[in-house]
Amino acid sequence: MQKQLRVNPIECSGRGACAELLPEMISLDEWGYPLLDPRPVPPALERQARRAVNGCPVLALQLTRLPEVAARPRS
Amino acid sequence: MPLRRGEDTASRSRPDGLPRLLPTGTTVPEGLREHLARHGFVPYRDGRLQLAADLRAAGLTGRGGASFPVYRKLEAVAGAGGRPFVVANGAESEPASSKDASLLWLAPHLVLDGIQLAAEAVGAREACLYVHETHGNQLAVAVQRALSERWPARIDRVPVRLAGAPPRFLSGQETAMVNLLNGGLALPTFAPPRVFERGVAGAPTLVQNVETLAHIALIARYGAGWFRQVGTQAEPGSMLSTINHANGSVRIIEAAVGTPLRSLLAADLGTDGTDGPAQAILAGGYHGTWIPAPRAAGLTLDNAGLCSAGASVGAGVLAALPASHCGLAETARVVRYLALESAGQCGPCLNGLPRIAAGLAALAGPRPDRRVRADIERWAGLVLGRGACNHPDGSVRFVRSALTVFAAELKHHERGVCSATARQPFLPLPSGTAVTDEDWS
Repeated sequence: MQKQLRVNPIECSGRGACAELLPEMISLDEWGYPLLDPRPVPPALERQARRAVNGCPVLALQLTRLPEVAARPRS
Repeated sequence: MPLRRGEDTASRSRPDGLPRLLPTGTTVPEGLREHLARHGFVPYRDGRLQLAADLRAAGLTGRGGASFPVYRKLEAVAGAGGRPFVVANGAESEPASSKDASLLWLAPHLVLDGIQLAAEAVGAREACLYVHETHGNQLAVAVQRALSERWPARIDRVPVRLAGAPPRFLSGQETAMVNLLNGGLALPTFAPPRVFERGVAGAPTLVQNVETLAHIALIARYGAGWFRQVGTQAEPGSMLSTINHANGSVRIIEAAVGTPLRSLLAADLGTDGTDGPAQAILAGGYHGTWIPAPRAAGLTLDNAGLCSAGASVGAGVLAALPASHCGLAETARVVRYLALESAGQCGPCLNGLPRIAAGLAALAGPRPDRRVRADIERWAGLVLGRGACNHPDGSVRFVRSALTVFAAELKHHERGVCSATARQPFLPLPSGTAVTDEDWS
């Protein structure tokens, strides 16, 4: 199952732990908030991605299955 | 009151032509008696989702801005499991829009019929009408009066309560509204779950704009074929539009979807957009898109037409900016307002919008630093797609279109000249923009 990184922007407080734990896929913008690689997480990085998710102090970073981000009714 | 249940609505004269929604030649709210004389009794279908097939055939889409097919939302809510809840969204927060308030004021019973029909279609037993409590609460009082006429007449099957929306730009945003109805503040939340899955009190929640509900009330009576008599094949029916004319007057009109902008804005665009008082048209409100007047003169009021200019109909807001005003100054003023109206929950929006607003204020002034434009572009890219709600994205759309459409004016500013002759603000903004935490409740 392919996984994708996602951040809850309301919870995210810009501590930057994720970018330290997964620099291959996460960088920080000029205000310290994460910029995520939108591509599926390669299997080789999945363990590290999980560490980044668990290492987020406010639990804002998520690893979601790709079908879950498919188009849904918007209103 | 001469009410006969099951009265033959087909025998009533169908409103051929426009307007369909608003009673003509009056500024007084339509009472229940006049409403019933005009449209007859609520055509309940006595079954779930009977209406969805008609709405699908009619091709009705949401009139609150997103243009989402109405039948699909009904089906999603009805199929989500559990007892659904219905919310009529009348919290029209765009400062340049007043079509929903006008509809609720002039024809409240049409909207209230639509709430009942939508509740029946999804199997809801409760509904709520969400409106701003501005203008001394006049609108909410009038709607409450309409509601209290219906209950003793046994028209409503589902109780409808009123909920007040705080006077904020984002309070009509659907997750903010659900958050407030659940006892929280009117601040957007991060989806999923979407409100159609889990909304008010955890129930699958159908949120429809009040104009959409009024169209539902008419389609239920007169049918999909009647609805399609106006509009285009792809975007059928009519829509309410708030037109802010270049001379400062504001009109609410109901137009067939696909009507040429040149006929809606004849006094502003002239014959081809070059011989009228307008230099540019803002389509879709403050999350919308600027279009140069000559370009707008060749477009139609539908998504198929407007998308070629990067715009969409949104909630039907049109504003014609007169050539006497500076488009950059107007945009800067509005973006400052948008920055103040950020819920401040998401880092990129909280940090980016004020910087973009400050950058635009510099561009609106004389001889802006040449780096400012690039800064704005970079911040816009950092804000886009990174909020829980669409506020950053909508704001960026507005800003980017301004930088394109008013590029020539920006060149003037770089030389220290502004071509505007008028200094007073043109685009409407609420007075005394609220900025404290209490204003979200």
